[in-house]
Amino acid sequence: MPTMSEQILSRVAGRPVRAGDVVTANVDLVMVHDSLAPGIIRILHQELGAERVWDPQRVAVVIDHVAPAASVQTAEKQQEVRRWVRAQGIPNLFDVGRGISHPVLVEEGLAQPGMLILGSDSHSTAYGCVGAFGSGMGSTDIALALATGKTWLRVPETIVVRARGTFGFGVGPKDLALRAARLLRADGATYAAIEWHGVEQLSVMERMTLATLSIEMGAKAGIIPPTGLDLTGPLVPTVDADAQYQEVVEIDLGQLEPQVSAPHYVDNVADLSDLGRVAVDVVYLGTCTNGHYEDMAVAAQILAGRRLAPGVRMIVVPASAQALQRAAADGTLATLLAAGATIGTPGCGACIGRHMGVLAPGEVCLFTGNRNFRGRMGSPEAQIYLASPAVAAATALTGYLTDPRTVMDGQPVVSQ
Amino acid sequence: MARVWLFGPDINTDQIVPGRYAPYMLKDESELRRYPFVEHRPDFAPNVRPGDIIVAGKNFGCGSSREYAPLALRMVGVGAIIAPLFARIFFRNALNLGIPCFTADLTGELADGDEVELDLEQGRITTSDGRVIHLPPPPLFLREVWAAGGIVPFYRQYGRFPGEVA
Repeated sequence: MPTMSEQILSRVAGRPVRAGDVVTANVDLVMVHDSLAPGIIRILHQELGAERVWDPQRVAVVIDHVAPAASVQTAEKQQEVRRWVRAQGIPNLFDVGRGISHPVLVEEGLAQPGMLILGSDSHSTAYGCVGAFGSGMGSTDIALALATGKTWLRVPETIVVRARGTFGFGVGPKDLALRAARLLRADGATYAAIEWHGVEQLSVMERMTLATLSIEMGAKAGIIPPTGLDLTGPLVPTVDADAQYQEVVEIDLGQLEPQVSAPHYVDNVADLSDLGRVAVDVVYLGTCTNGHYEDMAVAAQILAGRRLAPGVRMIVVPASAQALQRAAADGTLATLLAAGATIGTPGCGACIGRHMGVLAPGEVCLFTGNRNFRGRMGSPEAQIYLASPAVAAATALTGYLTDPRTVMDGQPVVSQ
Repeated sequence: MARVWLFGPDINTDQIVPGRYAPYMLKDESELRRYPFVEHRPDFAPNVRPGDIIVAGKNFGCGSSREYAPLALRMVGVGAIIAPLFARIFFRNALNLGIPCFTADLTGELADGDEVELDLEQGRITTSDGRVIHLPPPPLFLREVWAAGGIVPFYRQYGRFPGEVA
């Protein structure tokens, strides 16, 4: 019986397909972001000779990678993208401030269960949070999909990450995903899809944490069965008891400690308690991986009524305008601001090291994002540690890498 | 003769071209040719010659989808990339741009700075001291794309995607 990838790719290929098959498939939705749009537009028109996208309704353009523009060049290129969107009659343009493509396409109902969604961003595995097959591709592949409505791919084998039990206090989806990266390593799921089982208790954006980090293990897609989300789509994939998997990895959530990915590789993961004292200059809460409302709420719970440690900056960049609005409406935002954090425009922010919090040589950043590669957020001499929003907030309180369980639930913060 | 440029495992696309040097951030996209490995290996871009070969460890090209990483390598004329495992988006991008990638681990057989001859047709490397290394041939559907010069010329020539029956 088929895996979720086989179920979805059989639908879009128009015939039953199995892992290993090379198929041409109809694409349900193509996402293009500002960073690569100018190049994609050039390939579409000049190299492929196509005048129009195949279906403007099935294209979404998001200005999130440098939003708002940081220079005259980026402003001009965004202007060019907006003109192109109008000329092509594409209805779905999400402009500066609407947020990061991945949560936005989910919030807008464009990303649906059972779809094949291609994005010009590697974290397009994100769409697995609604049970879609989401995959990142480069500019030429995206231009071909825009021209033809089709793509080609090899149907992936599937690796299952099976979670058991429930998260303990101060531990969450980021810790699960980093634990999986620690076990599978950065190349462990290359050419494969990951299915995340046993995580039905998570909200759709918490599921996005798992889906986005799937690419950090090399996966082509990272799919969570859309159980409990009350979503409709062209196909609702289900976990088949008889599906054939390449590998099954079991993780006991109840035993999970806060996980931290140390510089400069995402799979360089350790239990926080094994890392010793790491002083931090900046705490950055944001990205498609952990800039969601839920992430800001966890941080606010820890920071409520307290102040950041002296000398520590905390930058919060909500993943979307909806997340920001919700945080503003229920007091989460006020709590973060009162603690001394500051807020940036919803979008990718400093994740790609272009603006809104670029790091200096020697600086240490506790980052809730998805990549700690050398130079990712600015100087190649900076150090990036990846961890959960709870670890981020606890670390902001003390100024050094801190287990959130030591500062939560009314326990005093010990200054050292 | 081609020079071998040796790299370790898990070279990510931020190391090949940092996001801060993307065409999006540049006044003129042709500047991109100055930036392959600009921070990871600053001697690469000024000294690489057309036809030179990258020999790397596993998981070459992991990370972002940025096609400008392999594009920068194509701009300086990299003749082939040989690694035991490629990250899938990078592999597709390199294929699409017509850069030959061979799946083999030569990190123990070739040294940085070695001068070799690469015969792409035969999948054969001859070292300056006469050793011959055979590269495993990629599947036919990939060779067809390389032969066409990349996915765009392939698609324009055949009107179909790789792997489809003509």
